[in-house]
Amino acid sequence: MRFAVVSFPGSNCDFDCVRVVREVLCQPARLVWHTEHDLGAVDVVLLPGGFSYGDYLRCGAIAARAPVMEAVRRFAAAGGPVLGICNGFQVLTEAGLLPGALGRNRGLDFVCADQWLLVDGRETPFTRGAPRDRAIKVPIAHHDGRYFADAETLDRLEGSGQVVFRYATASGEVRAEANPNGSAHNIAGICNAAGNVVGMMPHPERAAESLLGGVDGRMLLEGAIGVLA
Amino acid sequence: MTDATTRRISGRVTVRLRPGVLDVQGQAVAGALGDLGFGPTRVRVGKVFEIEVDAADADAARVRLTEMATRLLANPVMEDFEVEVD
Repeated sequence: MRFAVVSFPGSNCDFDCVRVVREVLCQPARLVWHTEHDLGAVDVVLLPGGFSYGDYLRCGAIAARAPVMEAVRRFAAAGGPVLGICNGFQVLTEAGLLPGALGRNRGLDFVCADQWLLVDGRETPFTRGAPRDRAIKVPIAHHDGRYFADAETLDRLEGSGQVVFRYATASGEVRAEANPNGSAHNIAGICNAAGNVVGMMPHPERAAESLLGGVDGRMLLEGAIGVLA
Repeated sequence: MTDATTRRISGRVTVRLRPGVLDVQGQAVAGALGDLGFGPTRVRVGKVFEIEVDAADADAARVRLTEMATRLLANPVMEDFEVEVD
């Protein structure tokens, strides 16, 4: 499976994603600059974390209007799997490829910590390989991760199984005290109606090697390989 | 570029969080104002964009600023905006 990792000015997890794809998943990865109009021949697109355009205006807002996003939009419309991680999730909401928005964390803190998640909702290319009978551990590192949408949108997301990750306790309980940022419904990640576009605040690429503290994130990226293999 | 049919017109786009959307920045500022002895306040933080455009008249400038707000300056999920032209 050929991966594209989209790089914006200020992305800082792009090389982590490329490393994990190449060295851990043993798949080819191409770094695609934000000014490109074509993703090339790729099977999976990753929008990495970071501070695209310095988070100016709103997190992800300027990146969402970059030339490369038209290519990402076409790829997504054709059913291609797209994963936005952290700032990449913010970019997907700003681009209108995912509903809702991500606001400043409730506590105003930048939160950098290991986080337990419950995989939930419908199956997506990125969650098909993940367990649902236990919590998975994937680190978070963000200042603006509080998922927000109006009540009608939240109802629609819940009704159609589009909430695919929730902040949970180590034992997999979705509780208020496990919510690090005040996200509605403990939402850590969602997918679009078709299920091929996924956004999540936690960083699976930082949980892909046991030397670095865990491999639960690796399963999510491996799912994308399996679905197309 | 200003030509014979246009002139430089300045205006403002004010972007605010929609009513009911949690404003954690506003809450923090209200807390700091309380610490300074201003008593209990309610604060909502917004943004003002001062923009100059070349346009035929104020109405045309207003259309341009409205399009800018719609396409980039405000996120309609969380924010409302107002356009003023001088």
